[in-house]
Amino acid sequence: MTTYKIIFREFLNDRLAVAGLGIIVALLLTAVFASYLAPDPSAIFDINPAQKLMAPTREHPFGTDHMGRDILSRIIFGTRVTIVIAVIAVGSALIIGVPIGLIAGYYENWLSGFLLRVSDIFLSFPQFILAMALAVALGPSIENAILALSITYWPWFSRIVYAETLFVKHSIFVEATEALGANKFRILAFHILPNVLSPIIVRATIGMGYTILTAATLGFLGVGAQPPTPEWGLAISEAREYLPGAWWFATFPGTAIFVVVMAFNMFGDGLRDVLDPRLRISGK
Amino acid sequence: MRIIAFTCKRLIYLVPTLLGIVVLVFFISHVIPADPAALVAGPFADQKQIAEIRHQYGFDRPLYEQLWMYLVNLIKGDLGESLYTRRPVAWEIKSRFPATLELAMVSLFFSVLLGITVGIYTAVKRNQWVDHIFRGVTIAGLAIAAFWMGIELQLWLGYKLDLFPIAGRITGTPPADITGLFLLDSLLTSNWKAFFSALRHIILPAATLTFSPFATLTRFQRAGVLNAITSDYVRYERSMGLPAPLLIYKYVLRNSLTATVSQIGLLFGYMLAGSVVIERVFSWPGLGSFAVESILMMDYKAVLAVAIWAGFAYTLGNLFVDIMLAFIDPRETTR
Repeated sequence: MTTYKIIFREFLNDRLAVAGLGIIVALLLTAVFASYLAPDPSAIFDINPAQKLMAPTREHPFGTDHMGRDILSRIIFGTRVTIVIAVIAVGSALIIGVPIGLIAGYYENWLSGFLLRVSDIFLSFPQFILAMALAVALGPSIENAILALSITYWPWFSRIVYAETLFVKHSIFVEATEALGANKFRILAFHILPNVLSPIIVRATIGMGYTILTAATLGFLGVGAQPPTPEWGLAISEAREYLPGAWWFATFPGTAIFVVVMAFNMFGDGLRDVLDPRLRISGK
Repeated sequence: MRIIAFTCKRLIYLVPTLLGIVVLVFFISHVIPADPAALVAGPFADQKQIAEIRHQYGFDRPLYEQLWMYLVNLIKGDLGESLYTRRPVAWEIKSRFPATLELAMVSLFFSVLLGITVGIYTAVKRNQWVDHIFRGVTIAGLAIAAFWMGIELQLWLGYKLDLFPIAGRITGTPPADITGLFLLDSLLTSNWKAFFSALRHIILPAATLTFSPFATLTRFQRAGVLNAITSDYVRYERSMGLPAPLLIYKYVLRNSLTATVSQIGLLFGYMLAGSVVIERVFSWPGLGSFAVESILMMDYKAVLAVAIWAGFAYTLGNLFVDIMLAFIDPRETTR
């Protein structure tokens, strides 16, 4: 209990991390209450040619897009898309990657060697390129983009968990549990996993920001979300045709991506400093 | 001597990794799609054409035979024909590579130069206003979507202020083709008009591609210097009255570089991935825009060829960085 208290107090001292957490909470609330917050919820999908490409006004603070839809409302509903993509992709990468890392680190047999080689091969690609190739092979849709992001992201987790497990498995408490005759599943799940949890949490937090960025890039290239989904990356790609006139069309969705990714990075950096000081690079 | 042995060992490990890359891409192209023949044929093909392609590409044969054919073709340098340009994919990659290389090299150069300099400087000026400003800049650099930054630069500096061209590599005739790198070729032939045109064209895309790696390197370099600066041997030298610049150059720099250099390996990956979107935004005629044009045509063969190519380049780049690390810190060879 006291450890948590110390960690919590240390975290509160980090103003950037607290600000990041604040933005993430605001993002979640926005997604939940999108229909109440959006000035014009009906106009997410409704085409309204009479008011297309209008510059920001009091009625449309962020202007309207090429179909006359309110950009602020679409950004607000876009938070749902963003959260769904990031949570499912990072969540599945964790579900695949963590057990593989535990097995590869704890056992010393052909299976652990094989799992390690497979994750190494995934890691010999830039993740984005592999995700893009997969998304193309699966066919462009938001579900396939999520699938492609999960399939290409798990090796990052298995690598970290592998390294941490190697480190932990020779510690005395694990040997003691082994000597008591605990079965291997029990050791992995209740003794090793809790001890490798900190780097996983830190990596997953920063990974959320990274995944949001990658998903937006897939959307921008046309292999992620498809129209009329109010996805931010897709909106920027739609806006390109109307530049330089409709500057607001590209600028506000991009700012939304920027703020959200920055929030996850700041929160993740703060978590790393308190949970996993060995990796500290923010150096305050 | 140890470094040579280390290099040889890493070169031997390279073979299974490259093979693994090919197998993974084969899996993505031949096993994952419901009907790979339909994908190859493109969206405008009819049933008869799809059946022909199925036979021609051997999609009706057992998987291991297909994998073998795929490997043999790859070694022969045959990657098929691009649906988009109707030219061999291998030819496209070869002719577009210099454009990507030029952009990536300029960005890599500036991100390493600026990242290391700013990293050292902010570490020395720790917690002063310049450090705080650059902390903000690096946080922004890691959060900004490269494609969006490129578009905003185009919008404000290109369209509105008209300072830079917004698309392409050069205006007018390109310089004589020696290396395919316009900046270098125009310098070699003293073609100043081409040089300045190429320079003006590369500034915005290179700035976009530089920003995020610059931020990463600055953070790692700053942390590395802080680590070294607070260590006992530096404290000792400082108390002996060694002047600060000499202390930094001689004792801190080398020990602070390892973490940064190991990040440069990852940057190759970032450059390859980043060039895809940035070339798209700035109509830069390199591999990245080829990949995107192929995506738009649903020409997945070409996309996969670029993916294989990126995997190879990334692996070799990382190998190179590991060998560099072994030179900076010989202890690395024992890992």
